[in-house]
Amino acid sequence: MELGNIEKQIEELKAQVSALDKKAPENKISMIVFSGDLDKALASFIIATGSVAMGMDAVMFFTFWGTPMMRDKTKHVGGKDLMGNMFGTMLPSGVDQTKLSKMNMGGMGTAMMKSLMKKKNIASLPEMISMAGELGVKIYVCEMSMDLMGFKRDEMIDYPGIEFCGVAKFLEEAVNSKVQLFM
Amino acid sequence: MNDEIKADKIMDLKGLPCPMPIVKVSKGINDIEVGQILQAISTDPGSVSDFPAWARTSGNEIVKTEEGDAEFSFYIKRIV
Repeated sequence: MELGNIEKQIEELKAQVSALDKKAPENKISMIVFSGDLDKALASFIIATGSVAMGMDAVMFFTFWGTPMMRDKTKHVGGKDLMGNMFGTMLPSGVDQTKLSKMNMGGMGTAMMKSLMKKKNIASLPEMISMAGELGVKIYVCEMSMDLMGFKRDEMIDYPGIEFCGVAKFLEEAVNSKVQLFM
Repeated sequence: MNDEIKADKIMDLKGLPCPMPIVKVSKGINDIEVGQILQAISTDPGSVSDFPAWARTSGNEIVKTEEGDAEFSFYIKRIV
């Protein structure tokens, strides 16, 4: 084989390797938080904060029943229609009002679990959220769910860098992530 | 034998459940220089598998582990 030919092949290989490098997923986890259950939200935040500790980037997308968890119960906005007001009242406002997916027993189970968590020194959901914020966990909230349920951006929590997006933004992050989870 | 490993920083993580031990250690390791040792003391039984997993992923090294009755001590050498 000619020497010039080998050089050309090496150049081609280099180009291929750098193209593959660009395609390789980042050391990142993308999570969809669809559920509005206390237990699943807690698991989501433990995984997200743990991921940052492991040196990964973590991105969380709150959609559907997960969306009301990103509301701030101290914020009240007006100008909603009848359905918006109904959803606003019936759905939980913030993580404090979430319930267990099992053994809720009219709120008794949830209250028991919360007091047990406190006893065992396990971080509560509001504590987990503020820790996630400190660690730089990125939070996106689904714009379509908010629109459907009549939530306004002004009534969402003050989380550092919180953004509102659609499915394409999630997919862009998911394609570039090594780990994707649906909660 | 070089049995005596001296810690340059000690972190008391007793009573903290998952994920706090690794979250705190991943921050605390930045307080020591590369090559120095961080001693992490935990009571969370999960940390026995969590600390080695964290070290492998973050590229640091656990040079010594001590397991007591309800207490675990990890000597972590900062590599990166």
